Formats: sequence, structure tokens, C-alpha cells
Amino acid sequence: MKGFWAVYKKELYSFWSSPIFYVIAFVFFILSGYFFYSSLAYYSMVSFQASQNPFLAQQLNLTSMVIRPFFLDLSVVLLLLSPLLTMKLFAEERKSGTIELLLTYPISDAATVWAKFCGVLTIFCLLMLGTLPSMMLLEYLSKPNWSVIAACYGGLILMGAAFLSLGLFTSSLTQNQIIAATLSFGALLGFWIISWMKSIAQNYTARKVFEYLSITQHLDPFTKGLLDTRHIIYYILFIAFFIFLTRRRIDSYRWYG
Amino acid sequence: MIEAVGLTKFYGDIPAIQNVTFSVDKGEVVGFLGPNGAGKSTTIKILTCFMPPTSGTAKIDGLDCFEDSLKVRQKIGYLPETVPLYTEMTVKRFLQFCAKAKGINAKSTKKEIERVISECGLENVSGRIIGHLSKGYRQRVGLAQALIGSPPVIILDEPTIGLDPAQIVEMRSLIKSLAGQHTVFLSSHILPEVAQTCNRVVIINKGEVVATDTPEGLTRQLQKTKRIRLLLNNPVKSQEIESAIGTIPGVKLITPDNQEGRSWIIETDASLEPRPEIAERIVNKKWGILEMKSIDLSLEEVFMQLVTDEETEIPEPEESAA
Ligand SMILES: Nc1ncnc2c1ncn2[C@@H]1O[C@H](COP(=O)(O)OP(=O)(O)O)[C@@H](O)[C@H]1O
Ligand SMILES: [Mg+2]
Repeated sequence: MKGFWAVYKKELYSFWSSPIFYVIAFVFFILSGYFFYSSLAYYSMVSFQASQNPFLAQQLNLTSMVIRPFFLDLSVVLLLLSPLLTMKLFAEERKSGTIELLLTYPISDAATVWAKFCGVLTIFCLLMLGTLPSMMLLEYLSKPNWSVIAACYGGLILMGAAFLSLGLFTSSLTQNQIIAATLSFGALLGFWIISWMKSIAQNYTARKVFEYLSITQHLDPFTKGLLDTRHIIYYILFIAFFIFLTRRRIDSYRWYG
Repeated sequence: MIEAVGLTKFYGDIPAIQNVTFSVDKGEVVGFLGPNGAGKSTTIKILTCFMPPTSGTAKIDGLDCFEDSLKVRQKIGYLPETVPLYTEMTVKRFLQFCAKAKGINAKSTKKEIERVISECGLENVSGRIIGHLSKGYRQRVGLAQALIGSPPVIILDEPTIGLDPAQIVEMRSLIKSLAGQHTVFLSSHILPEVAQTCNRVVIINKGEVVATDTPEGLTRQLQKTKRIRLLLNNPVKSQEIESAIGTIPGVKLITPDNQEGRSWIIETDASLEPRPEIAERIVNKKWGILEMKSIDLSLEEVFMQLVTDEETEIPEPEESAA
């Protein structure tokens, strides 16, 4: 993994110095703030009614009424924004010709691919970190279950990493960032809505396959505070698969120019 | 130091280079000359481990470019044709990245960066954003990037393309200053450039190496006609001179060099050596011979000969086949 840190640092710097990153962060924080506010407002309205209705009071649950919806909403925002984070990773290097530097420096291709992936994942985690104050606010208002919140973050970061690995791959396919973003957005949406197929699937196995492929099905358990290795493995396989495809793509780029 | 044996590269079904073979010794500055689309960049991309050849082998310092790719890359400083720069970085930050990526240890990085900055004359712009620099400075940053870590082999793909004349002169003297400590291999489609900077030239056309020699050797070897410049004291008419010396065997063409009729260019067949006969007849005519001097074909003309010979040869086999 020679050269990993050099490329990783460069990636972070290129995010830092690009306006795209700030625009994405701005939009993300506005939207996540809005989603947090709306679920919290709903919760407080219900809890106000619950003060007169003992039956409702039993139903009142911060995890299922605020935390879970908030993280599921975030996953939609990330589906929209992560293609914008990944679109330039390889496309820009190809356009400007700097890919020729990376591929002729004493850096292994594996190091280049992983450094780019880890770089954008770091940026992604920074965005996640920015939602932490909302959770702090919950702590101030009532007593949230922090292990559920941790599971939510874990699941969201795994899912985000999967989004990013796919975006990394589509970015290696073209010199055009718009095309890269469109392809990854389309593919992510496909993985999202593939779960709809399960309602029309004819047999049990097909249904199970569609369900397993769906990228959102696997986030659900995390938002309930469950850590199931099956779902962790799904995301890890997903990431490994697209990293592998990206490496193959770089190989073929070397062959055919 | 650089050894290419039978390099062939296909893009799909189209061969970009075929059977390219040459070698470069340690400390040499070798020019790689050819018209656009001849396959220079393709060859260079193979040498720099950017792409593997379809067949053939390329070796740098005895190491195979394909099998020992990472080790070979350590030995090469490469400036691609489109100068690859991270335009959002400052010159200094970019060079820091290059040093780190090339695995130069942290302690010597600072000194190394200062060295290439002064070598490439970048002192004034080291803190500026690369995107704001002029083309000439960008090219120098590209060169600085290649020189960092002082690799034994420097490979430059059209290092002067797109520069203005003053910048070209600067770039050439920079390249010349590299001779000795480094083995330099540079491609170009401009002849004078290669003639001025290189000890040896490899000429490539349509994907094949057509000649390898020193610039002078090439000129000598390929001179099929020798040209003589004749300067007379008294002006003469075209018909007069034609009748006087046009009949000498070996004289092929007589053209006036200017309107006055005092200066003439005579093209001769070198193997027949008509010069003594020409001199004698002119002296007999009492035209007052001032000067008779053979002019070498310029490298440019040799190059044109090589390249156009190649082109005229091509239709022949097609005709015979039909
Ligand atoms: N990526 C590519 N795909 C297909 N053909 C290519 C590619 N790169 C170069 N070529 C073709 O290969 C030939 C040699 O190109 P190149 O090596 O760039 O020439 P030069 O650098 O001497 O101008 C040209 O005919 C060019 O069109
Ligand atoms: Mg070229």
C-alpha cells in the first residue's frame, strides 16, 4: 500500500479546496436539520396529547418516533448527495490528465483506489459528525437510548460506504462528472427500489433475493438498535464488490487508454 | 538504461506502434522524433509503466516495466504530454504531494523541493495556485515534478509544446542542464529542438522506427543530393549559367538564390562529384567566382525525406497486390 497516505491526504485537500464540498455540506445540514425538527415537533405534539391520554403515553417512544425516522430520512438525503461526493474521484483525474501521474508514480493501484475510497469516506463521516449536535439536543430534552443511536450511526456509515463504493466505480467509468453522478444515482436508486420487486416476485427464493439485494432493507435493523452480522456482511460484500470492479476498471484503463 | 525490444501496441485492431526497438545508454540525451500520431506518446506510456505493451518488452535499468512496475516507476521522472497538475493546489503543496507519493523520506523532502524549485526557476511562484500560472510556468512545475527525488531516468513527452519562443528556449536550456546526471529521453515533433538538445535521435513514423543516429550522422547518411551555393561577382542570366554548367554529369538542378543573378543554388548528385568541373568552367567564363560552398541539408529536410519516403512507398505494394 505504498503511497496510500499521500493520495489520501491529497483527496482530503481536494475536497477542502472545492466549493462542491461546501455546497453539499450546506444542503445536507439544512435538510437534516429540517428532518430532525419535524420528527421532534411531531414527538412533542404527541407527548402533549399524551399528557391527557394515558393510553397514548404508553406508546410514546423517543427511539421509534424521533431517532428511527430521522436516520431513515437521512438515508434518503445521502442517496441523493453521495453521488455528488464521489463523482469527481476518478473522472476529474482523467479529465485533467493527473491520472497519468497517479498511475506512473510508485503507488500501487490498490493504494490509489483505497486512498480515494477512504478519503471520501472520511468526508462522509465528517458530515455525519455534523448531525451529532441534534442527538445532543435529545440528551438535553429527554433520555435517548445511546446504544440505539450508536447502532444507527454504524448502520448509516456502512450504508454510506456502500453508496460511496458504487460512486467510486461509476466515477472510474467516464471523464464526465455529470455522467458519473447520474450513473451512480441511477444505480443506487435501483438498489433502493429493487425491494419493490419482492411484492410481485413469483416464488419464495426470488422474493428473498430481491429483499437481500435491496440496500435499504439492511439499514432498517440498525435503526432499531439491532446489530446483525448478516446485514453488516451485506454492506461489506457490497463495498468489496465495487472496489474490485473499480480495480478491474483501472486495469482496463491501463490496457486500452 | 532504457531498452525497448519489439514493442507493439494495438488500440483495438489498430496498431499504434509496431516492433519499436531502440536503446538509450546511461547519461545520454536522446530525442524521439516523429510527426503527430506517429506513436511517440504510446511508446512513452509503455516505458513509464502507464500501459503494458501488446507484445515486446521494455526495460529500465535492467528491470522489466511490466513485471517490476513499481520498482521501475521509482527510477523514472515523467512529464506527460498534457501536463498533469492539481490546479487547485499551490506549487509548493503540489510538489509536497509528489515527493510524498514518490516515497521520498520526510526529512529530505524540504531540501528536495527547494532544489527542484530553484532548478526550474519557480522561486517567485512557489506560493501561488497552479491554476493561476501561465502555461510556461505550468510546464516548469510539470518538469519540477518529474525531477523531484532525482530519478536516474527522465522521460519528457513533448516538453515544449504550446510554449512561446522565449519559453521554448528556456525549456531547452533546462533540459540541456539535465544531461550528464540523468538519462533523458524526450519526444518531439519539432526538429531543431531535438537537434539542439540531443546526442542521438530515434525517428519514428507511422508506428515504426525509421532511423536512429546522431543528428549529424543522420544528415550525412541521408543526403542523397548535395547542394552547392555559388556566389559570383558578375550577374549572369539563367540561360547562360544553364548552358555553361548544366551539361556536366551530376548536376541536377540550378536555381537562382536571388533576383540579381549573382547567387545560385546547384543541386548535385554527390556520388558523381561534379564540383571540380563546375569550378573550372566558371573560371573559364570569367564570371568572377567569389564563393562555392556546399550546404548541408537541414535536419528538417532529412526528416521530411524520411517521412515522405515512407509515404510514397506505401501505395506500391497495394498496386502490385491489385
Ligand atoms: N487511447 C487511444 N485509443 C485509440 N487510438 C489511440 C489512442 N491513443 C492513441 N491512439 C492512436 O495511436 C496512434 C499513435 O498515437 P500517439 O502515440 O499519441 O502519437 P504521438 O504522440 O506520436 O502524436 C495515433 O494514430 C492515435 O490516433
Ligand atoms: Mg503525443
